Amino acid sequence: MTNVTRNNGALSALLGSKSNIHVNRRWALFASYACLIVFVIFFLCPPFYMLVTSLKTNAEIANLATNPWLIEQGVTTEHYSHLLTETAFLTYFKNTVIVAFFVVAITMVVSVLAAYALSRLGFWGSGVMATGVFLVYLVPDSLLFIPLFNIVGGLGLLNSYWVLVLVYPTLTVPFCTWIMIGYFASIPKELDEAALIDGANHMQMLLKVFIPVALPGLIAATIFAFTVSWASFLYPLAYIYSDNQMVLTVGTVTTLIKGDVFHWGGLMAGALLAAAPPVILYAFLMDYYIAGLTSGATKG
Amino acid sequence: MTVGVAVRGLPERAPSVRRGRFYLWLRRRSTIAVMMCFPLLAIITCLVAYPFAYSIYLSMLNKAETAFVGFGNFLFLFKRETFWLVVQQSILFALVAVIFKALIGLIAAHAVNTIPSKGQRKWRGMMMVPWVIPPALSTLGWWWLFEPTYSAFNWLLAEFAVPAVPWLSDVFWARFSVILVNVWVGAPFFLIMYLASLKSIPEDLYEAASIDGASAWQKLFHVTLPMMRNIIAITVLFSIIVTFANFDIVRVLTQGGPRNSTHLFATYAFRVGIESGDIPLGAAVSLFMFPALAILSFVILRNVRQRTVNI
Repeated sequence: MTNVTRNNGALSALLGSKSNIHVNRRWALFASYACLIVFVIFFLCPPFYMLVTSLKTNAEIANLATNPWLIEQGVTTEHYSHLLTETAFLTYFKNTVIVAFFVVAITMVVSVLAAYALSRLGFWGSGVMATGVFLVYLVPDSLLFIPLFNIVGGLGLLNSYWVLVLVYPTLTVPFCTWIMIGYFASIPKELDEAALIDGANHMQMLLKVFIPVALPGLIAATIFAFTVSWASFLYPLAYIYSDNQMVLTVGTVTTLIKGDVFHWGGLMAGALLAAAPPVILYAFLMDYYIAGLTSGATKG
Repeated sequence: MTVGVAVRGLPERAPSVRRGRFYLWLRRRSTIAVMMCFPLLAIITCLVAYPFAYSIYLSMLNKAETAFVGFGNFLFLFKRETFWLVVQQSILFALVAVIFKALIGLIAAHAVNTIPSKGQRKWRGMMMVPWVIPPALSTLGWWWLFEPTYSAFNWLLAEFAVPAVPWLSDVFWARFSVILVNVWVGAPFFLIMYLASLKSIPEDLYEAASIDGASAWQKLFHVTLPMMRNIIAITVLFSIIVTFANFDIVRVLTQGGPRNSTHLFATYAFRVGIESGDIPLGAAVSLFMFPALAILSFVILRNVRQRTVNI
């Protein structure tokens, strides 16, 4: 009898502590969701407000009496149609696509070749070079844009979007090489030995073994190169000043601001459309995107 | 006859032998490796190393780039009040913004890691949006939020009977605004790095801590943070570099104003070098970033190396 009651006491104590854990757990969940809601509101309020403004009529934007966060007087797409038909927006879009395409292509060829050599064909100075690549990745664009201004001016490339194809690889190649070194280094050595015994040369080994196996890394690097060449602002702002050569970031910020005072709807529509390609890409390839971001510091 | 053949055969064979040697040399591992690295080396040499050396030379010329003035540009900058404002604001901007980015990133990463794993992707996805939009474009949206007459923030404040805030025209609030936008753009990066690092902490460490009766705070300070130390260090240092060298946000939001109080090295170099046409002085301004960047890079490199050794 006493034994049973003692057992019961122990059991209830156990249950008590268990429900305590449950209470703690519920409390932690509640606090987490509260934090997340606050952060999501903070992170999403500017894009939301941009979207709302871009869909409002000019009269409603100018009306100080209405709630700026809501559309009360009807949705309109006039800002978007104006943007696509009567401004140089589509020219900027085309220029940006050309630049991004060439930069991604150059970056991937250069960095995959170099990463293969640096991770597999150990040669004199390869360790120092891998470190050097990482250091170059830490050089920001704002350190070298002024000497580069004179250099590209000397080459006669000023005010042409091809200058961006020339200078963007300095921003993309080091990081892409660095993360590809990490991905290639994680491929087991047995795989290339097997390929070597089958008589594969280095090119075949790279194309038929390394690239297929490291495909996730390759996709992550491609996304990175694309995002950088799409979003860069300083180089095009410093080197390009003609309307027909501008890219989206600079074109939207500089040329769409001019004009009448109440052009905010068009400006927001332009910013949203210009930001759409990287955002859409991210929506579909989020995991690769995040893998690329985190592998820079955790691999290698 | 045979001799003749041999003699005639020799000059034919010699080039093939030489070509064979050339091919052998071509097929050597180190030759292939150097050839594969050549494009990378060319880019780094011509577009990073050479411009850097050229930048040092450039910063010692006069405005017309015709005469050598030694350290004249640097001495000139030391005497300018604006330059010291830039130094002060760059340091303030980088430190305050990185502290808040790291805090928000840490809290958000913990929150995401606590909720059931089914919903984690959705929340993480929503919080990454600021990182994906090109900063120059999202800053336009912020600019519109801060616009003096139509500011949507001031409208919200007015609902709570708080007087309107001069977001971009007052020195304090302009500095607050550029830091706020920078935190908004950069915090998701910390979130992702910390989340990846949180997930890599083995579960048994927490179980062992629970058995030892550790509270949630003790687990945070004695398990989580020590395990994340390396990644926190790398992320913070990396972010200080990026924030210190930031250009887009200040350029779009305030253009350095009011009264040059929000200029960073990059925007001031742009103003002086590109807009006012004094390229050597602009080069001198951006070179001032170099010592800070070099020290930070050195520390990061040591951390990254340590990690590699540990693995």
